[in-house]
Amino acid sequence: MDDNSFLQVKDLKTHFSIEKGLLFRRQVGSVKAVDGVSLTLARGEILGLVGESGCGKSTLGRSILQLVKQKSGSVTLDGKELTAITGKSLRSSRADFQMIFQDPYASLNPRMTIYDTLSEALQSHKEIPSSEVSAAVGSLMTKVGLSPRFMRKYPHEFSGGQRQRIAIARALAVEPKLIVADEPVSALDVSIQSQIINLLAKLSREMDLTLIFISHDLSVVKHISDRIAVMYLGNIVEIGPAEEVFHNPLHPYTKALVSAIPVPDPKKEKERKRILLSGDPPSPINPPVGCAFHPRCPHVEEECKKARPELEPFNGKSQAACVRLQALNTNSI
Amino acid sequence: MPLLDVRNLRTYFHTRGGITRAVDGVSFHVDKGETLGIVGESGSGKSVTCYSMMGLIPQPPGRIEGGEAIFGGTDLLSCSDEELRSIRGRRVAMIFQDPMTSLNPFMRVEDQLIEPLMIHQDISKADAIKRAIESLEEVGVPEAEKRIRSYPHEFSGGMRQRVMIAMALITKPELLIADEPTTALDVTVQAQILELIANLQKERGMAVVLISHDLGVVAGAADRIMVMYSGKVVETGETESVFYNPRHPYNRALQKSIPSLQQKGEELYTIPGMPPDPTQIVEGCAFAPRCEFADEACKSGLYELKASASEHATSCKRTQNKEIILTPNANG
Repeated sequence: MDDNSFLQVKDLKTHFSIEKGLLFRRQVGSVKAVDGVSLTLARGEILGLVGESGCGKSTLGRSILQLVKQKSGSVTLDGKELTAITGKSLRSSRADFQMIFQDPYASLNPRMTIYDTLSEALQSHKEIPSSEVSAAVGSLMTKVGLSPRFMRKYPHEFSGGQRQRIAIARALAVEPKLIVADEPVSALDVSIQSQIINLLAKLSREMDLTLIFISHDLSVVKHISDRIAVMYLGNIVEIGPAEEVFHNPLHPYTKALVSAIPVPDPKKEKERKRILLSGDPPSPINPPVGCAFHPRCPHVEEECKKARPELEPFNGKSQAACVRLQALNTNSI
Repeated sequence: MPLLDVRNLRTYFHTRGGITRAVDGVSFHVDKGETLGIVGESGSGKSVTCYSMMGLIPQPPGRIEGGEAIFGGTDLLSCSDEELRSIRGRRVAMIFQDPMTSLNPFMRVEDQLIEPLMIHQDISKADAIKRAIESLEEVGVPEAEKRIRSYPHEFSGGMRQRVMIAMALITKPELLIADEPTTALDVTVQAQILELIANLQKERGMAVVLISHDLGVVAGAADRIMVMYSGKVVETGETESVFYNPRHPYNRALQKSIPSLQQKGEELYTIPGMPPDPTQIVEGCAFAPRCEFADEACKSGLYELKASASEHATSCKRTQNKEIILTPNANG
């Protein structure tokens, strides 16, 4: 196994079935939340996963961590096939991969003190002598920038940013190799967001953590990620180095996404041209035939409506899934 | 004369944990046809300011302790309920952050759209429905004639916000208050909605108060900006001047902490510390504990912004006295 495939996701599909009928339940369709995603991550790499709501980025994160069962495909972490593990052994292997959720208000048990929450996580996969638990909780809290003297407090006594630190500490307690952070800063204020991003970047560096950072906000992701993957309706439409995706987007959807980010600079904001997309993202129950983006794409051609384009490399750095990739990007620069 | 003139508004919440001074001495004005952007972090009092004017503060625990909000000669804070009702929904309308919770899920969009017309205007139901269809078309809802019979859950988030806007604008108000209108939406849809509000505003000469925590949203849309911190206005002025020549350290720090303006690879700039607890009465400037320029004098005295007209003003005494000169952020 070479170093570039610490985490390998191959043709992963996760569908949710829609059923009807009271007595005789029958499947009438399915939501194709993740529809054939392939990814490889190196150890210690940070991948930013962006896309609009409903594009399947959270489901992809959860499928990788085996929190929802995939329909087909494979996920290999450090040489181990995760999709084959079930039951008790899945539980014990969860020490290797952990998740941080969006809402630190909902993901912490309000009736447990920070000590209870963290010591439970610490002891779940490892035997720790009871005399050392308190010290271990303390050092975990210090690691995420919280003072150990708060360990007997309850979640409601903390601010949103502090709660997210607790959630991060809980994920780190089992010393995982892979963390999926699902919109970890979306519920936080601007000034607090930066603190959490800095913390995650620092921890990933220090602990050689592989991190998948899911967010709908490209500008947040750009900072922390080595590479960015853009999802649209269950598929990755573009993947490449963070700077490249942000400053030199290839896929028409990524171009629109980048141009829609409001710039906190009045002069630039008034001058620049936005690519305004018409309509909303289509439903993943009946995705459009061909390229899923074609009904909203400003550059659509007949060709786009036929088959779904695969990711193909461009300029040696990024990959994008667009039939007109060459045509759209060679003369526009 | 400004369209809306708010003077020294104070709204407190009396809770078991103590008195929360959500809005503490806020003054501002909105002229005809202009857009005022209100920015601040959660808990800074930007929403409560607007809810207070619209009579939407639950009382108790809330109480409007003082101040006035003059709209077209009427004080919205002291007028009778009847007077307020005749203004609210007709001359001043409001749209909210989450279009799913602010539309009635049991009512067809049609019935919700014509409600303000039936209440405020002498109009037959058939005519009202015609107007409702027109207003849906105006905000870009496709097949308006058919979609008007739908229920809110049958629309996507962006479409629902369009319905909300259509509902708010159907009575052709002079002032629209938009409380984080795009926060719940995706970026590509956010761009559509902001464009829509700007176009409708231009057509009708309507004034807009745009509340947002996102400096980027406000930068493009607002003529003037008001920055709030801990229930007080800390800086106000023309948009460009507030961005390019920040006069309050909090405004400068807030802009500096936006990820998109910072170099990749470097650690992101963060404002040290946390926003103050609103139940505690802070002596002096509320930002002083987190401010890199604060000195002893900042921790006492009264910090209030005295702004007249449209000049660029700040509540920071150190910049007022020219003891410190803030350098603009390097983004111009």
